Amino acid sequence: MPADPPIRFLLDGEVIEARDLAATTTVLDYLRDTLGRRGTKEGCAEGDCGACTVVLGSLDDNDTIRYRAINSCIRFVPTIDGHELITVESLQDGGALHPVQQAMVDEHASQCGFCTPGFVMSLFALYLNQATADAAQVVDSLAGNLCRCTGYRPIIAAGCRMSGYPSPARWSRDDAHSPARVAALKSLRRPSALSQSAFTAPHTVEALARILEEKPDALILAGGTDVGLWVTKQLRTLPPIVYIGAVPELQQVRVTNDAITIGAAVTLTDAWQVIVAHFPRLADLARRFASPPVCNSGTLGGNVANASPVGDSMPALIALGARVELRRGAQSRTLPLEDFYLAYQKKDLQPGEFVTAVAIPLTATPHHIGCYKVSKRFDQDIAAVCGAFVVELAGEQVRDARIAFGGMAATPARARHAEAALIGQPWTPQTIRHAATRLATDFNPLSDLRAGSDYRLSIAMNLLQRYYLDQTAPSTRLQDLAPVT
Amino acid sequence: MTRTHAHTEPYIAPAGQPLCHESAQLHVSGRARYADDIALPANALHAAFAISRIAHGKLRRIDVDNVLGEPGVVAVASAADVPGENNYGSVLHDDPIFATDRIEYAGQPLLAVAALSHAEARRAAARVRVDTVVLPAILDIRAALAADSYVLPSQHIVRGTPHEALAAAPRRLTGTVTLGGQDHFYLEGQIAIAIPQEDGAMLIESSTQHPTEVQHIVAHALGRRAHDITVQCRRMGGGFGGKESQPALLAAAAAVLAHKTQRPVKLRLDRDADMLITGKRHDFLADFDVGFDDDGRILALQLMLASRCGYSADLSGPVNDRALCHIDNAYFLEHVEVISHRCKTHTVSNTAFRGFGGPQGMMVIERIIDDIARVLGLDSLLVRRRNFYRLGERNVTHYGQVVDDNVIHEIVDGLAQEAEYAKRRAAISKWNATHTLIKRGIALTPVKFGISFNATLYNQAGALVNVYTDGTILLNHGGTEMGQGLHTKVAQVVASEFGLPMSAVRITTTDTGKIPNTSATAASSGSDLNGKAAQAAAQTIRERLVAWACSTDAVADDAVRFEGGMVHIGSRHIAFGEFVRQAHAARISLSATGFYRTPKIHWDRTAFLGRPFFYFAYGAAVSEVAIDTLTGETRLLRVDILHDVGTSLNPAIDRGQIEGGFLQGVGWLTSEELWWDARGELQTHAPSTYKIPTARDWPAQSTIRLLNRPNREDTIFRSKAVGEPPLMLAMSVFHAIRDAIAGCGDRDCRPDLAAPATPEAVLRAIGSVQKRTAA
Repeated sequence: MPADPPIRFLLDGEVIEARDLAATTTVLDYLRDTLGRRGTKEGCAEGDCGACTVVLGSLDDNDTIRYRAINSCIRFVPTIDGHELITVESLQDGGALHPVQQAMVDEHASQCGFCTPGFVMSLFALYLNQATADAAQVVDSLAGNLCRCTGYRPIIAAGCRMSGYPSPARWSRDDAHSPARVAALKSLRRPSALSQSAFTAPHTVEALARILEEKPDALILAGGTDVGLWVTKQLRTLPPIVYIGAVPELQQVRVTNDAITIGAAVTLTDAWQVIVAHFPRLADLARRFASPPVCNSGTLGGNVANASPVGDSMPALIALGARVELRRGAQSRTLPLEDFYLAYQKKDLQPGEFVTAVAIPLTATPHHIGCYKVSKRFDQDIAAVCGAFVVELAGEQVRDARIAFGGMAATPARARHAEAALIGQPWTPQTIRHAATRLATDFNPLSDLRAGSDYRLSIAMNLLQRYYLDQTAPSTRLQDLAPVT
Repeated sequence: MTRTHAHTEPYIAPAGQPLCHESAQLHVSGRARYADDIALPANALHAAFAISRIAHGKLRRIDVDNVLGEPGVVAVASAADVPGENNYGSVLHDDPIFATDRIEYAGQPLLAVAALSHAEARRAAARVRVDTVVLPAILDIRAALAADSYVLPSQHIVRGTPHEALAAAPRRLTGTVTLGGQDHFYLEGQIAIAIPQEDGAMLIESSTQHPTEVQHIVAHALGRRAHDITVQCRRMGGGFGGKESQPALLAAAAAVLAHKTQRPVKLRLDRDADMLITGKRHDFLADFDVGFDDDGRILALQLMLASRCGYSADLSGPVNDRALCHIDNAYFLEHVEVISHRCKTHTVSNTAFRGFGGPQGMMVIERIIDDIARVLGLDSLLVRRRNFYRLGERNVTHYGQVVDDNVIHEIVDGLAQEAEYAKRRAAISKWNATHTLIKRGIALTPVKFGISFNATLYNQAGALVNVYTDGTILLNHGGTEMGQGLHTKVAQVVASEFGLPMSAVRITTTDTGKIPNTSATAASSGSDLNGKAAQAAAQTIRERLVAWACSTDAVADDAVRFEGGMVHIGSRHIAFGEFVRQAHAARISLSATGFYRTPKIHWDRTAFLGRPFFYFAYGAAVSEVAIDTLTGETRLLRVDILHDVGTSLNPAIDRGQIEGGFLQGVGWLTSEELWWDARGELQTHAPSTYKIPTARDWPAQSTIRLLNRPNREDTIFRSKAVGEPPLMLAMSVFHAIRDAIAGCGDRDCRPDLAAPATPEAVLRAIGSVQKRTAA
């Protein structure tokens, strides 16, 4: 059998050719064990602590490089083929620290230092993407980085301060977009699909469909923010992987008058950006959906196709009437997202069939959607309950209601009884109270580490009430409150 | 007062300066080396534990045949492979390295697999098959109390006449306080590397707060003696108490495998294994019966204090003793009786964690004070003040120590004023009267924390200072660096003693071969003990140099000064490097050890009386929160802190300890929930399920101020310990949440809020006060 072609990526100006490695080798392990670059740390091997954060530079269709922080611990090396990898060791220019690093030193932002490389890289991504950042933006960018020593105050201060240093020769914003870097990345573009024995990255939907028809047992890989854990946590041996991240068509977002259609390989970062642009009330959900590194790798299609009962995009998508677009061989079909979920992690998906896109109709007027996620921690947590509501009124009467929950059943699901209790009724507190009681008929949630059954049901009812109150006067959000004076 | 050459910068002694961490540049550039970053010889093996899935049972047989056939597997080690003692218990010998015939918690190591790669070792370890007989398990404190299941005898203390005083008290309250545990969640998981040396010796690289204990336990496990084992630790990626007794398990298991294979063995726990296998903060339960007067003064207190120790004693004795020593916090308890139970459960053996039982003891009394204030309709700050230790009277603790350095009054007065407590309390009442969905709360809580190990013998330290002939200094001491800035502070001390800049001092790996018989870097004592020991070593060398200079220049010893990198001898000025080169040529020793033992302390463990603490560290915080009454979610809006650090050795590092300790305490009391299933398996064993605070949880408005005042006692440059005390500033957040919940009920309601105050716990507590209002 001929040897697999090497995986090629850019690191500190050099093209690294990675050969003879398992398709599931993580970027972190490759850095530490093969390249001996041990500045990047493993803190959790599940994308939840950020100690492994690196930055990936990717050339887009317009030959512009986009820089994004990712979790190297759950990202497989073949998926960075053709990209530029930047690690904490890349930033320093001889003896001179990069402004991000210098700001961290000057603000006393490291104590034990183990999380520090990850923070530096998350801030570095922010530095490259924004000329200045305020505290709120810094905090958003650090949602995926845990520090146990500092209390974060000095790290936030460093993030606010870093843009005030003189621009460095190495890794300034200009340097990051230099023609030489663009040219180097262009030279790594593959004319044809990367094809290895255990990893294939087709370039077209047709090729993808063909491969999956031939190998229905192959594993479809998108962002890998869940599949990565199958390897690092469950120690599973994966079947051959078909990667959809090199299919330009699946990376498209199409917006028409009727719908937003989000390709299956569109990252959560890009997907939320367009969704929030149309439905501003989903901004909170988008912010706390997951950390930037997770959203930079993970895809909306993956969140939907993964069918987790606590996937946080599905309640809102179902309430908005989203449809999932599927493909098998030459055949396509679409179905309402709620019908896609049959039972716990069971989907209406045939062998060889795959998700190509999620389409969100633009019929619901933006202010109608309300979606609330409740979890132990605001950032980077999995919901105890996530509830989404779209209620249409005709005068004072409820004409239509779509309510969907995550965390309340084995799948993301509609609250049919509660909906029925609303439709045709006057839009009043009494109606809401009655509909809330029907949620107990809709759901019998379980008790687990995230929440007890009673609590889940209580807040599901309370969230319906919140939605009602928000329709009349949006309530103060906890995170917007200022202390009293 | 500083006389230097005109062309040099005025010399400022490093001690007291807000210098950056000695490794800051290395941290931010990824060049700081942790144990897992050490390059190993090519023949090194990687190890992983196979662990129990049952909480309690008989272990009949471990089947390793299929494991040995797994790819990459080189060896396995179980109890039978331990050449010496199969135990890593630090106090009692009740912690097997590998389970023998009995399994006592889910997560207990059964054996270790060594393979060519970490992944292969983990995969093979997951395939170990065990034959067990499941026995009924005791999983929580109530069950243990019901079964009289204890790891150590209960401790009973009485002061005054609590029964009579309680009976005579005009008012009385009873209640229960529930406090959850906490995982350390150091970002660097536990790790040890064992590298066989010649003639039976073993070198251990360990991420440990206690190299000496690792040395002893590895020696016992291998059947060797202490001088055969060398333990090194350059730095830890966080410790927080979690690397006090636990690292010995990893080091011993790695050493057994290294001994068996005669190859280097690295044993690194992945996050899940770390959280399943190693101990955590003790969860506590307290039943109280308190008598008080109409002004809220506590007249008598009866307390049942019980903690979940897990399956073994580990450090639970001293942890519970410290809890007992802190049930007063800053309050005078004239008549008090406490029974303290150290419960044995079939769960992981709980261990040291920043505060070491102190936070739990203090949370109990803070809750009692809060309850008293609520039933009397008084501001809780008023009740706190009325119960504070006084100056010169009502100042003896229930364990007999006189509180003679009390600064809590001025801290609380100063803080209340700066933070505008009274004004904001009124504004919050007004808000709560007009808002139903969002309620606000505020609380000011004090901290008084005893500094020293309770057990007197641990309060000692050693250091080694080498001056080289180019004027550079290599500093070693027995303390370990876990991020707290200990090495920075001790280097500041030594640089200052020699009048040198920081760049002249290099601090290096903690090594049992250099400093023997050390105590754990724990109990906030690191810079108190090691700073003094290093100072003593530096002063020994300096005295030799001064004596020599006096003889060569015929001056009195007060004519010799070390300052600004120079030595000033009368009117002669000579660079330090040149001076020590000449001293060496004159055969003056440039190396010295230093030793320190804390004075004044004594402790009678049996009578529970004495002066266990050299001094107290104080502080206070005001926190303001808001809660969402529909979901129970909370948000910390503002914190104001005033904390006593004595004369700060390094204000930047001290501030870092205060902020970091505070938010770690906030995590303990709010979002960090350990959840075991009905079979006793921990289900929150990774950051996906166990939620420590993130950057968003730091309040948008914060003021941190140091009470920069010399320690009354003769500590290193009159500084105070700062490692643990700030964690307890977070009690203000919990009580602010409780205050906000009370805003949903009657004026005198007492919200039944358990810690951690997760959204679920908060909503439950809201429900309890609302039902009461409705009824």
